[in-house]
Amino acid sequence: MPQSPFIDIKNLSVGYTSRSGKTIPVLRDVNLSITRGDSIGLVGESGSGKSTLALAAMGYFKRGLHVISGQVQFDGIDMLNIERNALQRLRGGRLALIPQNSGQSLTPNLRIGQQITEALRLHSDLPATSFDAGVIDLLSQVRLPDPVGLTDRYPHELSGGQQQRVAIAMALASNPEALLLDEPTTGLDVTTQAHIMELLRDLAKDRNLAMLYVSHDLGAIARVCNKVMVMYAGETVLTGSAKQVLLSPRHPYAHGLLASIPRLNETSLPQALDGRPPMPSETIMGCAFADRCKLADRTCYSSSPPLNHLETGEAVRCFHHDQIGQLNQKTEKSARSNPVAADKDTALSLANLAVSYSRPRLLSKLFALQDTPPSTVDRITIDIKKGETLGLVGESGSGKSTILKTIAGMVPAQSGNIILNQTEPLDTMVEKRPAAYLRQVQIIFQNPDDSLNPRHTVAQILAQPLRLYYGLSGTPLRDRSIAILEQVRLGEHYLERLPSQLSGGEKQRVAIARAFAADPEIILCDEVTSALDVSVQAAVLDLLDVLKRQDGTTYIFVSHDLAVVKAISDRVAVLYQGRICEIGPVAAVYSAPFHPYTDALLGAVLEPDPDVAPRLKADDAVELSPPNLGCPFQRRCPRKLGSICETNIPTAQEIAPGHIIHCHISQVDL
Amino acid sequence: MTVSSTSHQQEHGRFMTVMKDILARPSGLIGLTLVLFHILLALLSPSIAPYDFKLQNSSLMLSPPSSEHWLGADHLGRDILSRTLMGGREALLVTGIATPLAVIWGGFIGILFGLVGGRVDEVLMRIVDAFLSLPWILKMLVLIVTFGTGIGVLIPTLTFFYGIPVIRVARAATHDIIARDFVWAAKARGHSRISIIWRELLPNVLDTLMVEGAMRWSWMLLAFSSLSFLGFGVSPPIPDWGLMISDARGFMSFAPWGVIAPVIGLSSLIIGINLSADALAKALGIDRAQKAPM
Ligand SMILES: Nc1ncnc2c1ncn2[C@@H]1O[C@H](COP(=O)(O)OP(=O)(O)OP(=O)(O)O)[C@@H](O)[C@H]1O
Ligand code: SF4
Ligand code: SF4
Ligand SMILES: [Mg+2]
Repeated sequence: MPQSPFIDIKNLSVGYTSRSGKTIPVLRDVNLSITRGDSIGLVGESGSGKSTLALAAMGYFKRGLHVISGQVQFDGIDMLNIERNALQRLRGGRLALIPQNSGQSLTPNLRIGQQITEALRLHSDLPATSFDAGVIDLLSQVRLPDPVGLTDRYPHELSGGQQQRVAIAMALASNPEALLLDEPTTGLDVTTQAHIMELLRDLAKDRNLAMLYVSHDLGAIARVCNKVMVMYAGETVLTGSAKQVLLSPRHPYAHGLLASIPRLNETSLPQALDGRPPMPSETIMGCAFADRCKLADRTCYSSSPPLNHLETGEAVRCFHHDQIGQLNQKTEKSARSNPVAADKDTALSLANLAVSYSRPRLLSKLFALQDTPPSTVDRITIDIKKGETLGLVGESGSGKSTILKTIAGMVPAQSGNIILNQTEPLDTMVEKRPAAYLRQVQIIFQNPDDSLNPRHTVAQILAQPLRLYYGLSGTPLRDRSIAILEQVRLGEHYLERLPSQLSGGEKQRVAIARAFAADPEIILCDEVTSALDVSVQAAVLDLLDVLKRQDGTTYIFVSHDLAVVKAISDRVAVLYQGRICEIGPVAAVYSAPFHPYTDALLGAVLEPDPDVAPRLKADDAVELSPPNLGCPFQRRCPRKLGSICETNIPTAQEIAPGHIIHCHISQVDL
Repeated sequence: MTVSSTSHQQEHGRFMTVMKDILARPSGLIGLTLVLFHILLALLSPSIAPYDFKLQNSSLMLSPPSSEHWLGADHLGRDILSRTLMGGREALLVTGIATPLAVIWGGFIGILFGLVGGRVDEVLMRIVDAFLSLPWILKMLVLIVTFGTGIGVLIPTLTFFYGIPVIRVARAATHDIIARDFVWAAKARGHSRISIIWRELLPNVLDTLMVEGAMRWSWMLLAFSSLSFLGFGVSPPIPDWGLMISDARGFMSFAPWGVIAPVIGLSSLIIGINLSADALAKALGIDRAQKAPM
């Protein structure tokens, strides 16, 4: 028997008033109903209106936004015309929200127990005497270890994943019937994320929640949602069951979005979805997706497609949804550049590199009063060939960025050598390196908002390396800047823009252009696609690959995303706590035999496929520093052999040529 | 079009938007009007003042406002209106020169401290803090007593003392910027320190410095007037609000106009500057409580 919808949004349009007094819609005629026991995933690129819709479900609109038309009902209550106090009671009561970074926004100076007690006092009808029991109960429900001990701790004494669990526990304090989640695991490690997803999945089932889950991560959606709604430019373009939408999407945009996700079982680069969605203020004639759609024809540009309800249960906003099969033929996968020949020269050697951030006090140094803590990064020995892409993967804090910064000379090495082009070792500090070497190593950072000076125009940004390394100015400078911009597929008219006038993908292209302007030998890429939408990520990966093919550049590509690293790299090194666990050609590292940590990492990857469950091996504890002795992974290793792992550094076992695993488990048992 | 002209256009565009934003706020409109009024007055007052400011007329001594002397006369029988109109000239001249100089040197040192960082920075900031904890008037009096009065001493003295708090602010703003990746990127490329300060840091610290400068200006005006009040500023017979207040305060009970007029002059200027600084900070998106870009 179909249940009546619990959250019911009907024909909702939301907009803001522009400076010229026009109403600009950001949500257009959206329908969404959620019954209890349903988890609906809301996906779309940034700016597609996902969060606006999710917040609207609780009758909340960001400042400046107002309802143009439509209805929002929660269990029959009209959320748009409800009295303020009643609304306040509903929010955080029967209807709970877990926003992005909610784990980090716990009150820092209150103990965990106090915070949850407060939530219970405000939002539950428990008598004050049973608050303590309630707190313990909630903490165990979110599967936190040692709930009793935890109540006395402060948020900063918990790991990111644990903080997120506490935030979920607080949201559950009111015994909500509906849960809204807005990117609840963004910024968490792969293993942590996988564990939180399992938790949410079980909670939703046990409590028969109505859940709305907003995320750009289709892997996460696949794990917790039974239905998916795809938004584009403020409109619903596709709804259906999770299987339908994620496995055989019937809308060209959803199709493109899914194709742009790098997958673990593929070796090619994902298919980029070119172009960008229209801004809310642009007037759209016809289908909003037409500019980027491979199936678009004249009708698509002249009239806007209605939302068709198909017999199979999906709803699709597309004239040509029956031709979706053609897309698979039209999109041949772009082949990756060929792996480098083994006889190429070495571009960069890291020889037994160690980095430590701890600065021992002079006194303790002199008298050896304290044991020096183990180095943040240690025993890194890698030779990188010319034209090769080396991937570095590992969880947050595993020292990926530290290694890059050390190569760039911004963090001094404690010991070991960095050798460029088989010459003599480089000085560890950038100031002392010869100018010719500086040009040869360039960095691209994770977040272009942070790596581009907000006060510089694109022209000024590109002028920096061109002036410094080539002494260009005037017309030659401008001509060269334009040429480089064209290489990253941006036009001359971008020269005068400030970063704030660019989209995320465009900013990252400018950052890439700046690195290539130096015509470097090696480019260090630090999570360069993590801040981008998947479709944009695919385009950036593709661009990096094309540029590399043109210039023969060597990349060191750091990412926490195993699928991305697999897509772009020739060789991969897996890092745990600043030590290499496993290194080898991509194909070898991503298939058995595995290092126990690689196995745990790969098992935790959430694939955008509802039929694939993650294999959770290790727990998601976060370690703050590596152990003094033995294997770096000993404290979390599910296959730990015993005391040998605690005392002896695991030997390097060469499983196959170039494929090395650092583990005490013998090769045959791995 | 050359590359640099494009950036000028951007800067120009930004200036216009910030200006519009300031004028759209009541505080900005009132504040800027007051400041502009005072600057115009300082320039034009010699020609619009009804009487010679040093002309003494013993028959008018401490006379109340009248149709000839709208604001009355002081203890030497000089026209108070004329003296009040001109009483801000010296203050504006001295602080108008000393404020930018203070912002420049304090800003430069602050950015440098922030850039160098580490122990050196810590030790130097301790010294700055210690210095700031002394009462400023004491420090200034010591200097002025040692070197004498007059513009030649006042400008360097005010520049020096008012640059020191700017160091703090510039350093804090630099610390925020320096952690950002674009500074790392510039360092990794191998740019010189000067280039990093000039190209990467300064443009981002400038907003904060401008707001700080506006605030320092009003404090400096107050300091200058206090010095005049104490007899270490402008030497008579040049009219100055501080000095006028000092001269007239003995007769306050029966000739209050001698004090009221310069007090209104001084306070309206200071209020004007403060209101403008406030609007500027809001227009630039700077939280004045934190004095760092948001
Ligand atoms: N400037 C610093 N001073 C002290 N410790 C630091 C500093 N920078 C990083 N660390 C520590 O060094 C370790 C490695 O950090 P690093 O930034 O290299 O990790 P990462 O692998 O890049 O992580 P993420 O994926 O979060 O970017 C972490 O424990 C971190 O807390
Ligand atoms: S309506 Fe046309 S343009 Fe829009 S998605 Fe369908 S085929 Fe593409
Ligand atoms: S050495 Fe021991 S602790 Fe380390 S990964 Fe191998 S089995 Fe696990
Ligand atoms: Mg990092």
